[in-house]
Amino acid sequence: MFLYVLPFLVLIFLFSYFPLAGWAYAFYDYKPPLALSQCQYVGTKWFQMLFSNPTQVKQLIQVLKNTFAMSLLGIATSILPLLFAVFLNEIHCKWFRNLVQTLTTLPNFISWVLVFSVAFSLFSNTGMVNTILQNMGVIQTPIKFLDSDSHTYLWMLFWNTWKCLGWNSIMYLASIAGIDTSLYEAARVDGANRGQIIRNITIPSLMPTFFVLLMLSVANFLNNGMDQYFVFQNAFNKTHIQVLDLYVYNIGMTGNSLSLATAISMMKSLVSVVLLCVVNTVSKKTRGESIM
Amino acid sequence: MSSKPKKKSDQLAAEPEKKHERLTPGGVTFNVINYVIFGILTFICAYPFYYLIINSISANNLSENGVINFWPQGIHFDNYVQVLQLSGLPLAAAVSVARTVLGTVLTVLASAFLGFMFTQQKMWARKFWYRFMVITMYFNAGLIPMFITMKNLHLTNTFWVYILPAIVQPFNIILVKTYIESIPHSLQEAAEIDGAGVLTIFGKIILPTCKPIMATVAIFSAVAQWNSFQDTLIYITDSKLYSLQYLLYQYINQANSLAQMVRTSGGSGMNMAALATQQTATSIRMTVSVVVVLPILFVYPIFQKYFVKGIMIGSVKG
Repeated sequence: MFLYVLPFLVLIFLFSYFPLAGWAYAFYDYKPPLALSQCQYVGTKWFQMLFSNPTQVKQLIQVLKNTFAMSLLGIATSILPLLFAVFLNEIHCKWFRNLVQTLTTLPNFISWVLVFSVAFSLFSNTGMVNTILQNMGVIQTPIKFLDSDSHTYLWMLFWNTWKCLGWNSIMYLASIAGIDTSLYEAARVDGANRGQIIRNITIPSLMPTFFVLLMLSVANFLNNGMDQYFVFQNAFNKTHIQVLDLYVYNIGMTGNSLSLATAISMMKSLVSVVLLCVVNTVSKKTRGESIM
Repeated sequence: MSSKPKKKSDQLAAEPEKKHERLTPGGVTFNVINYVIFGILTFICAYPFYYLIINSISANNLSENGVINFWPQGIHFDNYVQVLQLSGLPLAAAVSVARTVLGTVLTVLASAFLGFMFTQQKMWARKFWYRFMVITMYFNAGLIPMFITMKNLHLTNTFWVYILPAIVQPFNIILVKTYIESIPHSLQEAAEIDGAGVLTIFGKIILPTCKPIMATVAIFSAVAQWNSFQDTLIYITDSKLYSLQYLLYQYINQANSLAQMVRTSGGSGMNMAALATQQTATSIRMTVSVVVVLPILFVYPIFQKYFVKGIMIGSVKG
């Protein structure tokens, strides 16, 4: 019976555990066409370089700043899907609610490339927003929404929210549906109004879900992913858009320093695992359940 | 939009509100504000899609200047005819469709089978292997080690790099496992007494009862495959294996030169009619975007009711 599962376990091993061996590259001066054995063993040179070379340090600090900023903004706005679900639940007109739900989850199903395409059509120099503003006489020259480095964090947050808000609220809508209706009836019999019901029943019932998701996002603090930032990056906004994942890509795949990039992604993975363990312990201590 | 709104809304209607409740003035204000805010949010989410579509069928000289905002003007479909002839597009579409279909089928089968196996007490070291899988959700080696691995496995520049790593998805397996655990166990026992083996039980009993959760996994996986962009970027240099998303990214960045190319090959007449159908960077960008987004717009409403249900079953229990 175990044999049936074996091929899948092999797949897991190959694509999740085996790559860990690749961390060895962080200790070599790896030059792509050569084999690892032909390259020079340099020990912790790359790690030292990360912390001793001033330009490298400066760059890394900027990258970490960006990563932290985007993650913190994400965590700060993680209450939005909850509010979205709570207030959507207050809408009793069924077709309207379905319409809202259908259309707001739609952006979640398109790729970041398409999100960028959408952003480009609406916010480029000849895009709709600039044209309307110009026609109304608000501005004379088009605003460079995409080709400038001002408010990069907020723009990224905006697009992320646009893409994910409706989808993320589904989890909460599902939880709301699971709330015992007798609670609501009892509250209504006691004369509670809508505000009181939301504050005292709906929101407290959603808190467990909220905390689990919050913990997960804390554990994923360093993992912003790179798709979003990759498609939105350009020569102008590079300073503030490079998060760790993108930075690793940029120096590893285009900057041709595979070893340095491996060193960085290795440290990133280690920090993430530590973060996860910390969060897990905190969760166990405070709420009595672990997220693993 | 959704074809059967009734069932889904029943699921999500947590509060069986009485229709004829007295409304206080405060309640009315609350309602109005609530409706308006959700109206605006919905508009913000839906309008960009509409904008892309009306611009891709409007006269190109108008859309280039950004004047098409609410109604298409000078409707024509030349953009589609010309964009679909761009070299690379049909092949990329074929690659994307192939990876979506094959990837989805394999992922769904693997998720169902593994989810089922992890519920079987008889499986050897079940708990260990379950953890072995779940842990991979929380860490990864990183981009570069992953790239090196793919290279060592000779998977770069092959179609399989899209499929193989995607087959085992711990999250999906947990969803299916949770679902199977909610099916009465006696169903399996009865079959066992009748002499059915593990595979028979899986094929004849579990698979048919798992349809909703499998639809959910299918839509997750299909969307992920269709939208995937990073793997082409990292692992593929052979333009024959480009996915649609990657091509779209290239087109967005090179729209100017592409427009030039289509224009010169299409011949140049400078009258109004020609101007309206002449390719511009904008028209190329928008038309290709619509080509990529349309399949999702068609498939999404059909599957919507399934994944809402699936998410609920999977998430309520954790």
